[in-house]
Amino acid sequence: MTEPLLRVRDLKTYFVTEHGSGTARAVDGVSFDLYPGETLGIVGESGCGKTVTSLSILRLVPEPPGHIRPGSLIEFEGRNLLTLAPPDLRAIRGNQIAMIFQEPMTSLNPVFTVGDQIAEAAIIHQRLSRKAARARAIEMLQLVGIPDPAERVDHYPHQLSGGMRQRVMIAMALVCHPKVLIADEPTTALDVTIQAQILELLDRLQVELGMAVVLITHDLGIVAGHADRVVVMYAGQVVETAPTTALFDRPLHPYTEGLMAAVPRIDTPRSRLQAIPGQVPAATAWPSGCRFHPRCPHAWAKCAVDEPPLLDEGGGEGGGGGGETHAARCWLVQEPARRRHEP
Amino acid sequence: MTAPLLDVQQLVKHYPGERGLLGLGRPRPPVRAVDGVSLTIAPGQTLGLVGESGSGKSTVGRTILRLQEPTAGRVLFEGADVFALGAGPLRALRRRMQIVFQDPYSSLNPRMTVAQTLREPLEIHRLAEPAQMEGRVTALLDEVGLEPAFAGRYPHELSGGQRQRVGIARALSVEPRFIVCDEPVSALDVSVQAQVLNLLADLQQKRRLTYLFIAHDLAVVRHIADEVAVMYLGRIVERAPAPAIYGAPRHPYTRALLSAVPEPDPRAARTRIVLTGDIPSPAHPPSGCPFHPRCPHPKKNDRCRTETPALRPVEPGHLAACHFAEQPM
Repeated sequence: MTEPLLRVRDLKTYFVTEHGSGTARAVDGVSFDLYPGETLGIVGESGCGKTVTSLSILRLVPEPPGHIRPGSLIEFEGRNLLTLAPPDLRAIRGNQIAMIFQEPMTSLNPVFTVGDQIAEAAIIHQRLSRKAARARAIEMLQLVGIPDPAERVDHYPHQLSGGMRQRVMIAMALVCHPKVLIADEPTTALDVTIQAQILELLDRLQVELGMAVVLITHDLGIVAGHADRVVVMYAGQVVETAPTTALFDRPLHPYTEGLMAAVPRIDTPRSRLQAIPGQVPAATAWPSGCRFHPRCPHAWAKCAVDEPPLLDEGGGEGGGGGGETHAARCWLVQEPARRRHEP
Repeated sequence: MTAPLLDVQQLVKHYPGERGLLGLGRPRPPVRAVDGVSLTIAPGQTLGLVGESGSGKSTVGRTILRLQEPTAGRVLFEGADVFALGAGPLRALRRRMQIVFQDPYSSLNPRMTVAQTLREPLEIHRLAEPAQMEGRVTALLDEVGLEPAFAGRYPHELSGGQRQRVGIARALSVEPRFIVCDEPVSALDVSVQAQVLNLLADLQQKRRLTYLFIAHDLAVVRHIADEVAVMYLGRIVERAPAPAIYGAPRHPYTRALLSAVPEPDPRAARTRIVLTGDIPSPAHPPSGCPFHPRCPHPKKNDRCRTETPALRPVEPGHLAACHFAEQPM
């Protein structure tokens, strides 16, 4: 079996809050593997820790107030990114592992042309001359499907539409042909017809460039259509991990099930949606035991006290959860008879 | 057939083009946000108004309520001509027509408690004696599923879903018949979005409300609307009962929009129509059919470039603005 490109083990990223309301345990023991060439979807709602996870991988979490706890491991091609010296980390960031963000307007510098911004990484990491870097920038604009690239290269971000800006962001991220692309809600700010264009572009580029992609999204529809494997996050933890088809065929965790039932679908006629009762808890006060138990329709006494580990479908303890593993952080995996059926 | 509660006729809203820096130079062309929209809603029904950014869907909602003055057109609400009313009758009418906004955080006053927010419209419209106020506030909170303890809280102490419930309670406080819901669940997480959609459906049943439900999310609209109108660049391009829009769309834009929605089913084998190009600016709408530069219809021809298609019936109750609405793609 192939070795993972990126191994995340027991990642804990905490934030000290201002008002003395305690420590926010935004990411609290997250583990997953990313294999070469695959797309791993990380899905969850606001506050589940998916964005902080992605920022932690490249050590982009502002310190303070944030800090990554000792004992966390983020291994890229055998090296722990968390203990790497700054120059070594910089050689990886933007070069071997690149990232695109939700809001292209705030991630692009308004006073530089898009060509300058795309060329920057090529000049730094690949020591291209200015002229060669400019030629590369035009090539990249062409690759991401921007019409008239030789002209657009001298435009400023404000002269471009939202969809075009996101294409420029992708061109910037891919200019050094990274092995890993982390895409954090890359289409959330876009209209649905533009979103379809960008997702198709990412799919095509992934195949052409042979990258592995971590696709972070709140949208189960995007995960279903574009990820090979999925990690579902809730309250700072991985609550379920599985190959995409297995996850949608047989969700094991009641939260995953609840999310799937709550999504309005275009292919089902008007009907009452099944909402998950209650709210996502605050990161400063995760519930005891299973963090989902206050909202779970199946919870029993044990769930409020004992925190379940990630359990393999077979009932054993799941480790990092790579390959074909289907595991969930739920006691129902061991005691399926406790599942309550529809009232 | 019952008379419509709301009858919008040829509504137009143009924003004048700005002059350049320092007010010099030639003025820019006007932004044609809404360009001749007609629609009706029967009492107790929900019309879903869908479209992408710049389609003019929110402007339609706000102009109907006269939160913005129209450029042209007519709106009849319960038979009264909304745009002809003076200040007094307009205020009285606002009791009957309300709005729920997308972002409850920016539409609630951060310095007012929930109780103060809910009391304000009751006081303005003299709908409750001071002695009854507390009871009315508690009853409104209960109706939207919030505990009485929320009365003393400020908006920043609430979650997104709780804030939207307060926004709905505020709209309900004056006992309206009609509510414009402008992207009411777009800012909410999926699990909470379902709670708020169910609440809106329950309130409609209970209070016999009529909704204009504005959204960009076609899947959300499917779960609330009786009828759907699709907007593109200030015009309605298709309008039909919900089952027909979702089951047998006739306009190429509606088809593309539906096929672009990511479905939460990895086995869904669909032929996705990916449109090329961006949505044009409503300040420079294309000639002829506004959709023609992006249209994937194989029959597209010169007529599409020169002649704007009228919104016309293609089946009883099903309107589409496409020269080739009868032909498959």
